[in-house]
Amino acid sequence: MSEPIKTDVVIIGAGPVGLFAVFELGLLDMKCHLIDILDKIGGQCAELYPEKPIYDIPGVPYTSAQGLVDALLLQIKNFNAQFHLSEMVEKVEKIGDPLFRITTDQGKVFECKVLVIAAGGGSFQPKRPPIPGIEPYEGNTVHYAVRKMENFRDKRILIVGGGDSALDWTLNLQPLAKKLTLCHRRSEFRAAPASVGKMMALVDEGKVDLVVGQVTGLTGADGKLEKATIKKNDGAMADVACDAMLPFFGLTMKLGPVADWGFELKNNEYIPVDTEAFETSVPGIFAIGDINWYPGKLKLILSGFHEGALMAQKAYHYIYPDKRLVFQYTTSSTSLQRKLGVAPVPR
Amino acid sequence: MVKITFIDTAGTARTVEGEVGSTVMETAIKNGVPGIEAECGGACACSTCHVYIEEAWREKVGEPAPMEEDMLDFAFEVKPSSRLSCQIKVTENLDGLTVRTPERQA
Repeated sequence: MSEPIKTDVVIIGAGPVGLFAVFELGLLDMKCHLIDILDKIGGQCAELYPEKPIYDIPGVPYTSAQGLVDALLLQIKNFNAQFHLSEMVEKVEKIGDPLFRITTDQGKVFECKVLVIAAGGGSFQPKRPPIPGIEPYEGNTVHYAVRKMENFRDKRILIVGGGDSALDWTLNLQPLAKKLTLCHRRSEFRAAPASVGKMMALVDEGKVDLVVGQVTGLTGADGKLEKATIKKNDGAMADVACDAMLPFFGLTMKLGPVADWGFELKNNEYIPVDTEAFETSVPGIFAIGDINWYPGKLKLILSGFHEGALMAQKAYHYIYPDKRLVFQYTTSSTSLQRKLGVAPVPR
Repeated sequence: MVKITFIDTAGTARTVEGEVGSTVMETAIKNGVPGIEAECGGACACSTCHVYIEEAWREKVGEPAPMEEDMLDFAFEVKPSSRLSCQIKVTENLDGLTVRTPERQA
């Protein structure tokens, strides 16, 4: 176990609501670390629809989703929040009153007095193709990511998909594979044209087999893949002998490990909270944004912002149990303005 | 208002009313039609509102645009009749439209 990172607050999820929580907590002198499974900051806004418009942020008649994320990052710049991307929180343990130990899938350990779950729709995970009987192969010979290229040396590899991941891995793994087959449902590829060109050249040289169709079945035993059956677009069936299959069908949101942290979930999906501080049934653990539920809940970014502000007021008492919290406005408080790094406005 | 029928894999048909100018996906969500998830909320940024258009309606509904085709790559059991329902605008012309929802969205 690595040395724990000690901080006031750990926020799970670096979407807009998690980012604004940094602001509200920062104004009250609480330091934050944010953990997100994505490789970038911004949650759904950055991953699913960065260029799409948002019209319902108060005082911002129009912004793009990425524009909102960028503006929030600017707004919280002075609070020096630390980001831990491409990491998923696996375990949450209560070790004090309140004190939590948080462990990620990369083995990183955090200790914090306050935990804020701002995980939106859950974690983004690779989509599993609905191929009957795929489960026993997953993690053995069917992989949704390439951790070590060496593991694929001299293997017969089947890559499925037509985007950048599928094409990039086709190009990267081809030199060390014994045989590489790329299977995609149509002859157009949405991957970068340069990669498609390189792949096509490899097909022409006979170094990559391209099959247009969809995988319908797998054959093998004890998690070891022997062949995949592909239904071609003309209806013909083809078998591709392979030792490993890499399907790249993008990401989907799953609640993930949150389901195992002992909360009694609403509809198996949402964490119930009170509406005074958006605290869960465990004192010191808050849930804000799309992942929480309370009577009247609306899944709006602005609701998540409000929830973060009230959460911070209560979180303060866990971090600074002996201090009195004086409510202040950023418009008039010189101490808040100092924290924000803006020059006090002369009056 | 136009009538749209959604048939699930068990063969259950649900006919609901759609507002002209909205989308087939929105019509499904508004009426609580199961089998349509619409994870991204209609931004053509996922593929969880995948439907199959009934043969008789394919010409009227039309073909997917290139961006939609790209997103259909993320769907499963894609057929020539596959469309993303968030990209189909409800028009008077589509009164009586019938679509089938797939076994799984994601």
